[in-house]
Amino acid sequence: MTDDAITAKKRKSRIVQAPAAAPSALLFNGPDWNFETLGRIFEAVRQVGEGEIGLDPYRTQIEVITSEQMLDAYSSVGMPLFYKHWSFGKDFARNETLYRKGWQGLAYEIVINSDPCVCYIMEENSATMQTLVLAHAAMGHNHFFKNNYVFKQWTDASGIADYLSFAKSFIAKCEERYGLEAVERLIDAAHALQSHGIHRYPGKRSMDLRSEEIRERERRAHGEALFNDLWRTVPQGKGKKPATKKKLEEDRRKAILKLPEENILYFLEKTAPRLQGWQREILRIIRLIAQYFYPQRQTKMMNEGCATWTHHRIMTRLHEKGQISDGSYLEFLHSHTSVVMQPDFDDRRFSGINPYALGFAMMQDIERIALTPTDEDRSWFPDIAGNGDAYGTLKDVWANFRDESIVSQYLSPNLIRKLGLFQIKDDHDEEEMEVAAIHDERGYREVRRALARQYDVARRDADIQVIDVDLSGDRRLELRHHVVDGVTLEEKDADRVLQHLADLWGYEVRMVESDDNTVYAEHKAEPMRPFA
Amino acid sequence: MNIIDRRREGGKSLANRQRFIRRARALVRRAVREASAKRSIKDVEKGGDIVVPADGVREPVLRKGSVGGSREYVLPGNKKYIQGDTIARPEEDGGGTGASDGGEGEDDFRFALSDEEFLDLFLEDLELPDLAKRQVLGVEETQPVRAGYRSSGPPASLSVARTMRNSLSRRAALGRPRSEDIAAMEAEIARLDDIGGNDAKVAELREDLERKRKRMRLVPFIDPLDVRYRRYDQIPKPVARAVMFCLMDVSGSMDEHMKDLAKRFYSLLYLFLKRRYGKVEVVFIRHTHEAKEVDEETFFHSRESGGTVVSTALEEMARIIQDRFPASQWNIYGAQASDGDNLPMDNSTTINLLKTAILPLCQYYAYLEVGHAKDEGGGDATSLWRAYELVVGSDETMAMRKVSHRRDIYPVFRELFAKGGAKAEAS
Repeated sequence: MTDDAITAKKRKSRIVQAPAAAPSALLFNGPDWNFETLGRIFEAVRQVGEGEIGLDPYRTQIEVITSEQMLDAYSSVGMPLFYKHWSFGKDFARNETLYRKGWQGLAYEIVINSDPCVCYIMEENSATMQTLVLAHAAMGHNHFFKNNYVFKQWTDASGIADYLSFAKSFIAKCEERYGLEAVERLIDAAHALQSHGIHRYPGKRSMDLRSEEIRERERRAHGEALFNDLWRTVPQGKGKKPATKKKLEEDRRKAILKLPEENILYFLEKTAPRLQGWQREILRIIRLIAQYFYPQRQTKMMNEGCATWTHHRIMTRLHEKGQISDGSYLEFLHSHTSVVMQPDFDDRRFSGINPYALGFAMMQDIERIALTPTDEDRSWFPDIAGNGDAYGTLKDVWANFRDESIVSQYLSPNLIRKLGLFQIKDDHDEEEMEVAAIHDERGYREVRRALARQYDVARRDADIQVIDVDLSGDRRLELRHHVVDGVTLEEKDADRVLQHLADLWGYEVRMVESDDNTVYAEHKAEPMRPFA
Repeated sequence: MNIIDRRREGGKSLANRQRFIRRARALVRRAVREASAKRSIKDVEKGGDIVVPADGVREPVLRKGSVGGSREYVLPGNKKYIQGDTIARPEEDGGGTGASDGGEGEDDFRFALSDEEFLDLFLEDLELPDLAKRQVLGVEETQPVRAGYRSSGPPASLSVARTMRNSLSRRAALGRPRSEDIAAMEAEIARLDDIGGNDAKVAELREDLERKRKRMRLVPFIDPLDVRYRRYDQIPKPVARAVMFCLMDVSGSMDEHMKDLAKRFYSLLYLFLKRRYGKVEVVFIRHTHEAKEVDEETFFHSRESGGTVVSTALEEMARIIQDRFPASQWNIYGAQASDGDNLPMDNSTTINLLKTAILPLCQYYAYLEVGHAKDEGGGDATSLWRAYELVVGSDETMAMRKVSHRRDIYPVFRELFAKGGAKAEAS
C-alpha cells in the first residue's frame, strides 16, 4: 500500500495544470448507497473519465445484482442470456461451494462487451467499491471494448444480446423437438471443439457486382500497363514437372473443400456429411460465441491494464477534487494494491503473471515514458519518449495493440528490472532448466520477445488443421497437429475430443501430431454413436 | 446511463444445476451413499458437500500437454540468477506457469447439495412395497374445486367479472342508453336554451331525452338475470397417510449398541415414509414380558427388566390398529427390532398372531435382528428367527434381516425396499 500511496502523492504534485479543486461536496458518506448515490457517482466518474482523460465508451447500463446472481453470471461466462447446458451447472456448483466456504471471493463486477455496455455490480459492495467498479468497468473496460482494434474487427457489440437470445431460444426449441439428450450430446461435442472453432483471420468480404467490376477494370489496366511484347520472346525454363493425375485430383478436392482448414467447427458445419440442419445451426451458434470471446483472450492483460490504470487515475482525481474522503481513498488503495499484487516466482502464492499487475505496471510505465523519460527510454522508445501527451499515447496504445504486440513494443528495460523478469528454458531432454536471459543489457530484448510469445494466443493454442478428406472414398477425416517445440497434446483429452469429432463427422477420424521432421503421435477414432 | 435493479429476479442457474446433477447422477448417487455412511443418522436428512471424481464430468478440450518438449517461461522476481544458471526442475508441477492451466490437477470435483437433493438421491430407487392401498383409500376428506358458474349461491362467491359481462351484453342488446349520452344531451339542451331561438330543435331533443330516460328505467343496469356465482365441486381428496409401528424388545438382554442399531433403522424408515406420504404417524411399542405404548424418549432410553414375550407387543399393536388406525384408511407399516430372544412357549402364539391379526392389515412388516459383530457366524439362529422363518416363507409382506454393525443398516434397509424388491430371502 505504501508504494502506491507514494506514487499517488507524486502524481499529485505533477498534475499542476489540473484546475484547482473546487470545494465540491463528497459524493457519499460511509459505505451505504442508493440509486441516487449511484447516479451521482457515475456522473463524477464520467466527468473525470470522459472529460479529463478523454475516454470514449459505449453508453452504460448499470445492473445491480445479488451475490447469488453473480455466481450465476460466472457460470454462464458472464452473459445475461445463455443457452442451458450441464457444464454451466457444474461451474455454478463449484463456484458456489468455493464461495460458501470462503475460499474464493467474488468479482466486484462483471462487464459485458455490448452496446450499451452492461455492468453488473453487486449489492454488497460499499459505496467506495461501487465507485471503483464503475471507474474500472464502465469507463476502463468499456472504452477498451469500443476502441480496441481486435474487438472492432471481431465483435459486433450491438448485436450480441439479440444473437444470444436467438441462440437460447433456438437451442431450447431443439431440446423440445429432438429431446434433451440429443441436444446435450451435440453441445458436449461442440464444446470440446470450441477452442478450434475460431477464424483467426478476417475472412474475405464477399464483393458486390459493382466493386467486382471496378476491380476487374483495374486489373486489366494494370495488365495493359505492364504489357511488353518482349516477354514473349524470353525462353521459358524447363518449368515444373507436369503434375500426376492423382496429385491433380487431390489438389482439386482440397480446393473445393477449401482445405486445409483450422476452424474445425466451421468445417463440420459446412461439410460433415451426416449432420442435420438443426445440428449444423447449433455448431454454428457455439462457433460464433467462441469467436465472440476470442478477442478477450487476446487482450486480457491489456484490457485489465487499461481498466486498472483508468480506475486508479479516476479515483485519485476524485480524491484530489475532494469528492471522496480520505477514508474511502484508503479503502480503495487497499483493494487496488491487492488486485495488482504480483507474487515472485518462488512465492507460495505465485500462479503465473498477474494480468492486472503487469497491465497496470505497463500503463504506468508508458505514462512515465511519455512524461518524464530517461535517456534509456529515449533510445528505446524514440517515438513516444517525452512527447508530453500521456493520455493520447495511452489511448493510441489501447486502440492499436493486443497483449502480444504491446509487450513486444512497449515492455521497457525499466519495467523488466522493476519486476525482475527472467526467462527460463526447459528442455525435456536436459537434466536441468536453464536461465536463458535476465534483466540485464544482454537480456532485455530476449525477455521481452519471450514474454510476448507467451501472450501469443495463436502460439498458446495447438495448431490443428483439417488437411484432407476423401469424400468419394472411405470418407476418413485427416487432421494434423503441427507440433511446435516438441510439445504434444494432452493424450487422454485428445482422444476424448477425437471421439466427439468422429461422432460429429460420422466416419473414421485420424489425427497425426508431427513437425517437419518427426511424427510424435497418432490418434484415431471411430464413430461410436454418430449424430444423424 | 441506466440503472436497473435485477436483485429481485433471482437466480437463473437452477436449470443448469439440475442438468448437471442429472448428468452426474450415478456418480453423485454413489457419493451420497458414501457420504451418508459417515454421518450420524440425524444428519442423514441434511444436504452438504459431495465429492465426485472429476473424470466423470470432464469436459475435454484439445490442449497442449504439460510434459515433454522444450518450453520457455518468463517469470517475475529474479533475485540471484544470472544468465546461464541451471535450476533443478521442480517436481510437482512441471515448472511454473505452464502454457496450459485449464483445469489440471483437479482430481476431484467438490460441490454442495441441498437437503432436498441429497435426500432424493439418497432414497432414490427405493420404493414402498404394495402402494395399492394408497390409491383406493381415503374418501373422508374433500377439496373444493372450481367448476364454472351458477345462477344462485352465497354472496361471498359472487363472480363480479362474470356478472358484469352478462350485464354489459344485455344492456348492449336491449339498447340501454349510456348515462354519458344523457348528460351530453342535457348539456346540449341547456346550451340551446341559453342561446334561445331554436325552439323546434330543443323540443325534439327534449322528446328524445324523455324516451331515452324511459328506456333507461326499463332496462336496469344490473338485472337479477345477470348475476352469476362461482361454482365449486367437492372432489374427494385421496389421503395418503401412514402409520409406522416401532416394536422393540427392551428387556435386559438388549444393550445400548443394539438399541442404537434399531434406532437407526427406525429413523431411516421414518425418513423414507415421510417422503412418500403426506402424513406419517409413529407409534412406539416396547415390550418385555408385557407391552406398552410409550413416547419416543422412553422408548429408546429407559430400561425395563423382565422376561421376553413377543406376542404381547403384537397384541398391543393389533389393539392400537383397531382403536385408532383402521386399516381401510391407513397404510400400516411395522418394524420390529429384537435380539432374537423369546420365551420358547410363546413362539407359536406369536406366529399365529402375526399371520392372522398383523400381516393381513400391514403393508409391510420388517423384522430386524440386532446383534454383536462377534456373534456373527457363531452358532444357531435365535428362537424368534427360527419361528419367523416359517412365516416369511409363506408371506410376501414380511421380511427379516440380521444386522450387527452400524454400517450394515443402510445396505439392509436398501435391500428391504429396493425396487422390484428382493424380498424375504433370509440372509
